[in-house]
Order: sequence, then structure tokens, then C-alpha cells
Amino acid sequence: MLRLEDLVKHYGGLAATDHLCLEIAAGELHAIIGPNGAGKSTLIGQLSGEIRPDQGRIVFDGRDITREPVHRRALAGLGRSYQISSVFTEFSALENVILAVQARSGHSFRFWRRANTETQLVQPAQAALAAVGLSDLAQRSVASLAHGERRQLEIAMTLASKPKLLLLDEPMAGMSQAESAELTQRLATLKGSLTIVLVEHDMDTVFALADRVTVLVAGRTIATGTGAEIRADPGVRQAYLGEQEESW
Amino acid sequence: MAATAILLALAAVPPLCAALAQPYYLTLFARVMILGLAAMGLNLVLGFGGLVSFGHAMYIGVGAYAVGILDAHGVTGGLFHLAAALAAGAALACFVGTVCLLTRGIAFIMITLAFAQMVFFLAVGLKEYGGDDGLSISARSAFGPLHLDDPTILYYAIFAVLLLTLLAGHRLVHSRFGMVLRGAKLNERRMAALGFPVRRYQLTAYVISALVCVLSGFLLANLTRFVSPAYMQWQVSGELIVMAVLGGTATVLGPLVGAAILLLIEEALAAFAMGLPVGVEEFVRDHRLGALGLLIVLAAVGMRRGVYGALAPSAH
Repeated sequence: MLRLEDLVKHYGGLAATDHLCLEIAAGELHAIIGPNGAGKSTLIGQLSGEIRPDQGRIVFDGRDITREPVHRRALAGLGRSYQISSVFTEFSALENVILAVQARSGHSFRFWRRANTETQLVQPAQAALAAVGLSDLAQRSVASLAHGERRQLEIAMTLASKPKLLLLDEPMAGMSQAESAELTQRLATLKGSLTIVLVEHDMDTVFALADRVTVLVAGRTIATGTGAEIRADPGVRQAYLGEQEESW
Repeated sequence: MAATAILLALAAVPPLCAALAQPYYLTLFARVMILGLAAMGLNLVLGFGGLVSFGHAMYIGVGAYAVGILDAHGVTGGLFHLAAALAAGAALACFVGTVCLLTRGIAFIMITLAFAQMVFFLAVGLKEYGGDDGLSISARSAFGPLHLDDPTILYYAIFAVLLLTLLAGHRLVHSRFGMVLRGAKLNERRMAALGFPVRRYQLTAYVISALVCVLSGFLLANLTRFVSPAYMQWQVSGELIVMAVLGGTATVLGPLVGAAILLLIEEALAAFAMGLPVGVEEFVRDHRLGALGLLIVLAAVGMRRGVYGALAPSAH
């Protein structure tokens, strides 16, 4: 589904991505973990198209997207959520999701009809809100939503854009324990129906959900495997997990 | 409610002016509507698109010069004037918009200003069309039985254009297109990640907003029967921004309210006795732009959403 070939990105003398190769199979939930500064954000940026790699190729769904701009990747089926909630605060929750539906339902050079009365936009949007449990808040202005609710809205928007591959950038960040448990459950129900790349700090979530885990250190993968394999990998223990072993 | 009251008041101006035998005020309110129209046009990119264009006066100039130049060559047909104005405006806006939208923020402000200055000096250099002094127009645009030479008919023609623009603007900001434009103002990066080719929509909005200003320039030339480079001085671009911000950039009607406030207060400071003590009154009159500036500062500090925004809290 997604293949990274020899990807390189330098910032000055620092290699944020260092000859990275990675293959993500269709339908799997693939977690990417790594200590701070391992190059996770740079990697996500290159996948979504906001950062141009210096070298290497990104092949998505059989198509080389290395040079494609952000919006084309999104339309090709590469959806992403953001580390910091990135919702439209002046709009209602429903309107936020309507925008996501609108993005994949043809061009938006339509100037007359109210978007929030178009059934073909509103219905899928309501369905996506229901899927994350936000139906009751559909008409509320996003500015009045709690942090956890915004994160859920974020997921609803990403789902509504019907991606083939979902790029989740620390979806649990700043969530309460209950909220993150709920989101873990929702992600578990999504598993298998689409490919998910999950970048996450929360190890409980990673090991509960991931089919495979890739460990990134200094812009390089040092191990890829199932949760059990990763836990047992001596290299990973030494490079990354060793000092935090107590905590998990 | 407030919107209806404002529009009814504008509709009532001609009979009132006739009853009071004050034709001057008919022209004044026609100016208010024309500049309000331009400010509404600008506000499509400024308020709804979050793109601060500091060069929209050049489109007023394009609309006005289309009338003036065609008239100088003996072409009086209104449809010709209008078609030439809109075609020239669209071509210019496509080019300028494409270049300017490569930038954002301060750079966008400066580059729109730079283009407007270029067009301004181009007009100054048109010696055969009056250059710096401008150009008188021999006859108003001819629209068959619609005689714009009658001030009342001209007034209502401007009013009709204003109403149609308001209606279209109101529909547009809630349409799919409007959602994309407003979404890009709030979070351009996220819009791209959702799959919108944002710049294409912003360019379209820029061209539409330019064409509204072209329309305004076309009407202004017909009102004054005169065109000059002064119509596209950078100060005019600045005034359009002040009108939009003063009236309220989050609303379609706000800029019209801003234009009315700006022009009418300026007029009032110049023409009416304010009942202030001797000396103070003259001081204010001599420095009326300063007094106006003070009022704008007060309005900006006191009413963040603009005067009309404060009147109509939930209206778009």
C-alpha cells in the first residue's frame, strides 16, 4: 500500500530521515515509535507532502507520489490527522465534517446553494460524527468543544474523507485516560477496513492496536516487527526502550 | 433587520432629496453605494478569504478608464463599456492574482500594492487620455431606454447593482465555494490536507472580488462623468480596507456600512455646524481627517467586529 524507498531528508548537517526504507501492507495497522528527535514528524510531513524529501521515493497505492502536492495525495486517498487539533474553530462540528466530505465530492466551484443544506454533504457528515460519538454536538460551534471532543472531530473529518490510508499523528495527545481508551476502541473497530499508520507516544495504545511496529531512531528504522518481537529485540531495548523499561 | 433598514433608507434617498430640493445628497449617497460596492468586493478576499489586498483601487480604475477611453473614441454603448471593463479587469486580475497568491501575509500586501502602483503610473502616462489630469466623459453609458442621464434613474441603477451584489455575496459565502474560501482563511494547511487545491479557489475569489470593484469603477465614471488616475491612488485602496474593517469584515453588508460612515462623517465634519465652542469647531474642521482617524480608532478598539458586525451579531 505504501512503500518508502531510500528516503533522505537533511536539515543542514542533521539527517532527519536517513536512507529510510519502509513497507506498509494494505489493511495493517502500522505503528511508528521512537524517542524525541527520531524524525517522526519529518517522516509524517514527507508522507503527507508538506515536506519534500531530498532523495528517495514514496510509492502509494502503486503510484509514485514523491512530487505530488498535499491536496493530490489527499484526493488519492492519503488522509491525515494532526498532532495539534487542526479543526476550523469558526464553523460548527457538522460544517467541519461537511468540508471533509466536500473535498472528495467533486469541485467546489458552486456558488449559490448553501453547503449545509445539501443532503449529499450533510448525510455522510452526520454518519462520520456518529461514528466518533459526536452526533449530539453536531450544531455546536467548535470553539466551544473540549479538547478531547476536538480530537474526535479531527478523526471524524479524516474518516469522512474516506481515505485508503490513514495517517494518525499522535491522536491521543492531550486526551484524558477515558477519552484515549475510547479512541483506542474506535481505532480497533476500524482496523482491517483501511490501512493505518499510527505515530504515537502512548505505548499501551501502540501495543494494543498495532499489527506491526517500526522503531525509528535518528532517522533510521532500527527494527520492524510485531509488538512481541519489538519488545524482545535487544537492539531496540538498548537504543530506545532500555531506560524506560520500568514504565511498560 | 438592520440590513433591511439600511437598504430601505438607501431606497428612500431620491424621494427625500427631491422633497428637500437637495440634489447634492443624491450624488453623495450614490458615491456611498459605489464605494460600498467596491469595499464589499474587496471584503470577499479580505474578510472571507483572509487575504489583505492593498491594491483593489486599481480595479476601480480599470472600470472607470474602460468607460473613459471608449467614450473618447466615440463608443457610447453601455454594454460595450461594461464588457470591455469586465474583460480587462478579469484579465488583469487573473495575472496579478496568480502572481500575488504565490505569497502570503505582508508579502501579499506589498505585492498587491506594487501592482496597483504600476497600473496607477500607467494611467498617469496615458497622455492621450489626459494623463495626470484625467479625462472628461462626454456622455454616460447608453443602455437603450435606461437613461442614466436622469440622476434618479442612475441612482436606482446603482442601487440595483448593489442589491444584486449583496444577494450574490450572501449566497456565495455559504455555498461550497464560500466554505472552501473561509476554511482556507482559518487553516489553509488543513484544507490542503483534506484535498482542496486551495490556491485555485483563492484565485477565483480574487478575480470575483476584482470584478466587483471594476463594476464599482464603471458606475463611478458614470456618476462623475470623469476619470483620473486619482481613482486608483494607493490611498483609495487603503480607504477600501478601512471601510471594510470599520463596517465589519465578517459580514457581507458590513463594508457598505463602513463606506457610509466614512463618507458621511467626512461630509458632516466639513459641512455642518457641530455646536462646538468657537475655535474648537474651526480646529476640528481644519483637521477633519484627524478627527475622522480618531473616530476610526475608537470604533476599531470598541467594536472588534465592526459597526455592522456589532449590530448584527450572528449575520454573515
